[in-house]
Amino acid sequence: MDGFLDLAPLLAILASAVAAVAVPLTGEKRRNLRETWTVLAAVVKFSLIAMMIPGVLAGERYGMDLLEIAPGIGLSLRVDPAGLLFATSASFLWILTSFYAFGYMRGANEAKQSRFFSMLAACLSATIGLCFSGNILTFVIFYEILSVATYPLVIHSGSKKAYEIGRQYLIYALTAGIALVAGLAAIYAVTGTLDFQPGGFLDAEMGMPFLWTVFLLFALGFGVKAGVMPLQSWLPNAMIAPTPVSALLHAVAVVKAGVFGFVRLVGYIFGPELFGAMGAATFLAILAAITILVASLIAITKDDLKARLAYSTVGHLSYIVLGIAILAPQAMLGAAFHMITHAAMKITLFFCAGAIYVHTGKKKVSQLDGIGRQMPLTMAAFGVGAVGLAGVPLVGGFVSKWYLGVGALDAGLSIYLWVFLLSGLLNAAYLVPIVTRAFLRSSPDHTRFNEASPLMVVPITITMLFALLLGIHPDGVFRFFSLAEAIVASVTGVTFTGGI
Amino acid sequence: MSQLPALIPTTLILAGLLSLLVGLRSLRAGHLIALTGTVVSFLVSVIGLLEVPSSGQPIRYALGGWIPPIGIEFVLDHLAAYMTTLVTGIGVLVLIYAPRSIRHESPGKAALTYPSMALLVAGLAGMSITGDLFNLYVFLEIAALAAYALLATGRRGGAFATLRYLLIGAVGGGFYLLGVGFIYFSVGSINMADVAARLPELLESRSVISGAVLMVLGLALKMGLFPLHFWMPDVYTNAPSSSAALIAPIMTKVSAYAIVRLMLDVFPPGFFTEALPIAATIGWMSAAGILFGSIIAIGQQDYRRMLAYSSVGQIAYVGLGIALANPIGLIGGLLHIVNHALMKGLLFLIGGAIQWRTGLVRIPDMVGLGKKMPWTMYAFVIAVLAMVGIPPTAGFFSKVYLMIGAVQADAWVWFAVIVLSSLLSAIYFFRMVEFVFRDVEGAEESADDSATGGVSADELRGAVAGEVPPSMFIPIAILSAAVILVGVFNFLIVRALLEPAVAPLLGG
Amino acid sequence: MTIEFFAGRYPYILIAVLLAIGLYGMTMKRNLLKKVIGMTIFQTAIYLFFIQGAFKQGATIPVYTEEFGTDPTLYMNPLPQVIVLTAIVVGVAITGVALSLLLVTYRRFGSLDEEVIIQSMRESA
Repeated sequence: MDGFLDLAPLLAILASAVAAVAVPLTGEKRRNLRETWTVLAAVVKFSLIAMMIPGVLAGERYGMDLLEIAPGIGLSLRVDPAGLLFATSASFLWILTSFYAFGYMRGANEAKQSRFFSMLAACLSATIGLCFSGNILTFVIFYEILSVATYPLVIHSGSKKAYEIGRQYLIYALTAGIALVAGLAAIYAVTGTLDFQPGGFLDAEMGMPFLWTVFLLFALGFGVKAGVMPLQSWLPNAMIAPTPVSALLHAVAVVKAGVFGFVRLVGYIFGPELFGAMGAATFLAILAAITILVASLIAITKDDLKARLAYSTVGHLSYIVLGIAILAPQAMLGAAFHMITHAAMKITLFFCAGAIYVHTGKKKVSQLDGIGRQMPLTMAAFGVGAVGLAGVPLVGGFVSKWYLGVGALDAGLSIYLWVFLLSGLLNAAYLVPIVTRAFLRSSPDHTRFNEASPLMVVPITITMLFALLLGIHPDGVFRFFSLAEAIVASVTGVTFTGGI
Repeated sequence: MSQLPALIPTTLILAGLLSLLVGLRSLRAGHLIALTGTVVSFLVSVIGLLEVPSSGQPIRYALGGWIPPIGIEFVLDHLAAYMTTLVTGIGVLVLIYAPRSIRHESPGKAALTYPSMALLVAGLAGMSITGDLFNLYVFLEIAALAAYALLATGRRGGAFATLRYLLIGAVGGGFYLLGVGFIYFSVGSINMADVAARLPELLESRSVISGAVLMVLGLALKMGLFPLHFWMPDVYTNAPSSSAALIAPIMTKVSAYAIVRLMLDVFPPGFFTEALPIAATIGWMSAAGILFGSIIAIGQQDYRRMLAYSSVGQIAYVGLGIALANPIGLIGGLLHIVNHALMKGLLFLIGGAIQWRTGLVRIPDMVGLGKKMPWTMYAFVIAVLAMVGIPPTAGFFSKVYLMIGAVQADAWVWFAVIVLSSLLSAIYFFRMVEFVFRDVEGAEESADDSATGGVSADELRGAVAGEVPPSMFIPIAILSAAVILVGVFNFLIVRALLEPAVAPLLGG
Repeated sequence: MTIEFFAGRYPYILIAVLLAIGLYGMTMKRNLLKKVIGMTIFQTAIYLFFIQGAFKQGATIPVYTEEFGTDPTLYMNPLPQVIVLTAIVVGVAITGVALSLLLVTYRRFGSLDEEVIIQSMRESA
């Protein structure tokens, strides 16, 4: 069994890669068979990943070195709690997104569906690949593949605007990628190794100019995908892609890859101690705090629902970055857990937005008055996501925000506690009114009960339940909370007893 | 086994001459002979490629039985096996591809084209394996003469562009020959190994230094290093596609390889970096060339002219690898020789396919090609990803090695240049990807009629569903696969061939 | 001093002057034919360099004769001469190709002036 689990990371990557090839070969005409490939790959992938959870929590590190290029550089896959946490959430949500996407793409009668599902599968391969990367080179390779594979999805509509946005997207993503490659080369040239190590492997003797160069290169590389200001502007624009892409990639997989990069950077390359000592933590924390507040303020002004959600994503990604940059164990725990809770809540919101669009053609917040009567299930799920993001107890968002806040206090940085609280209020301000108006106001457009296709409503319900469960019993779903604790334990050495 | 080195160029020369004679009677037979010769020498190269690393010893062959250093010696070592395999491999693919393309682009010139191609490959393979400084010159000029013949047959300005190339080539060759003279008169030998053995006592000698400078300068001219590149864009733009596809990937690289050979196997370690600032000069020329080539390429409308400027930048990567003169940097440069040869060969072949199928040569006209020839365009995307350096394609790894080498050498400016140039090449290549995959509304039909090149319906019938015929598509497919495979398995090449090859840099 | 320096090296100075003339012709002249003439001068200078380098006062051609015996100092070094022979062959080939390209260019553009041809190419493109 153990031998098999060592293969599991590779197989998990290959599962969706196979689907990425099989889908276009099957083609538009046999679309049920084509859809089967996607579902099959998603289920196989998730099962493989889920199988590794108990072992990894018990301290196993599955994985294999695929090829070695030069001493210390090669392709290597290693499963640790951090990677597994992210991989589990991404692969789980891919299953739901697949079904949702079948409903969405058919409902919206989109063209080029084969290309769409193929690229989506390729993106998932890359995401899982970077989760399980044992060293920086492997990570960067998958990171770059992810960037490129997302491009066809961004330009999916084929409109002039989409191409313009695609161009902007590519410039951002490729700049980020090359910055990472540069940082990687610098690290290898100086240290001769690229393996991630819990607690980091750089030390202060390498000199501040070098360390800051490396930090800035990596911060540029990860900051783009994580939407840290001033590198965020591609993300709201990328909402031009079909909603399943916005939901899975631009709320979970792609953007979290950037955030996950920060986890790796702080926890496994620099190590929290050095990161704090060199002043990079303060720098990053300030950027993240500004991003949280500014993004929330911008979100209030947006009438387009997806744009509003996009800015909300920008803000919440920086929650995680800020939690990492605070460096306190509690904050890191909160940050790691927020990766999951935000994913659950935000994907619910995007699913709802997509369902509303496909079903009624409405995109703007101001058009949604009274829609609760027509689509009560969808809007109820939207409500759960909305209050969760604001940090109301019983939804996952509360748990992660709690730890983030406690961590800020622990570190003596109470100002960040205020940032979290203020942004929680702002979150409530830009999301909750949508729900109240949907249910409380009435509109002649929406009188009868008339929900979207079950292919969309069922995934919405599941993600909503997922978000609720995370709030009620954080360790109940795939042991995410234990995984988050294991990350903190391996990076900082602090173990939590009892948990929540 | 010991005859292997001699077999590679002689087969090609024989095939070239025979192909010329037979080709006058039967084109088909002429082509077949040239192709067979190239295939045979490719197979021999592959045997060498497998044999050398496993025995760890170079295979030496004394020409005419004259014992070196008196006679000329062929040495098939790691690096030579690497180069001959590349050169003959590209030769095989282009020869498979050529007939259709030539019939379309330069009808009536085919009889001369195939022998010239075989001779070009012979010259380049000879340059790769020779162990003699003067013999290298001879092969250099054989390759150059064949190249002139191939390039001149293209569009209207072809002859003129080639003449300018010939003039610069003559200067380059002349400088190199002069350098050989200096070395010979001060060292007393032109056998590489012999010169290397005698040199250490003579390093202070002014004529040795002048010889080294002249040889490297001459090769740098042949290599098209900025600012000596000016002939390149016109030549590649005006040449027939298949000629450009053969010459652009390998011709300049072999000159770069010759510099590497001088640095590794003739002059003692450190001579180019410490005793003389040759490496640094090449480095700065390369850095300027990378930026210049990439920036100018952005503004080009002609597909092949864009590729030519891109080549100006890409050959400079190899130059940077030479300039870094540390093992990992040089490995990056050498790996880029193969990587770039594969990608650029692929891009030129695709250009020829587009021209064959639609008659288009200008990028703005290529809108919507993705619909018309999807498979060719997928291959194009692979080539583009490699050019930009997206993993796991070949282009990524050579850049990573070069970057690591640059950091190790503390060459931060060059490091920044490599970083920047990836982005620049992304701009001009992704612009084109966007073009070819964009849907054209309405305009498609009319553009279709006006631009169906010179391809008759009869010829198209043999083609794959609106694509190019198999003889053109198979080389494209093979190169696309190679671009990815070389990327994924680049460590095998590095381990087996390049690491032993750069060992002299470590002072061994 | 200066005179002695030049007196001992006058063949080399002649070669250097020839090289310079050749390069001048190739780079500075606008007329393509003059460029090709410059090229042949340049090549010839290189041949001369090899011949001069191998020249020995009082030595004979490198063919064994009873009279000179086996003393190598009495024979000229054959290798540079072989090199020159080969180089001349190469050079003739290059010149031949250059002249044929010249002819084709003249037929296509009706001029041998580089600037005029470039202008004409730019217009047609």
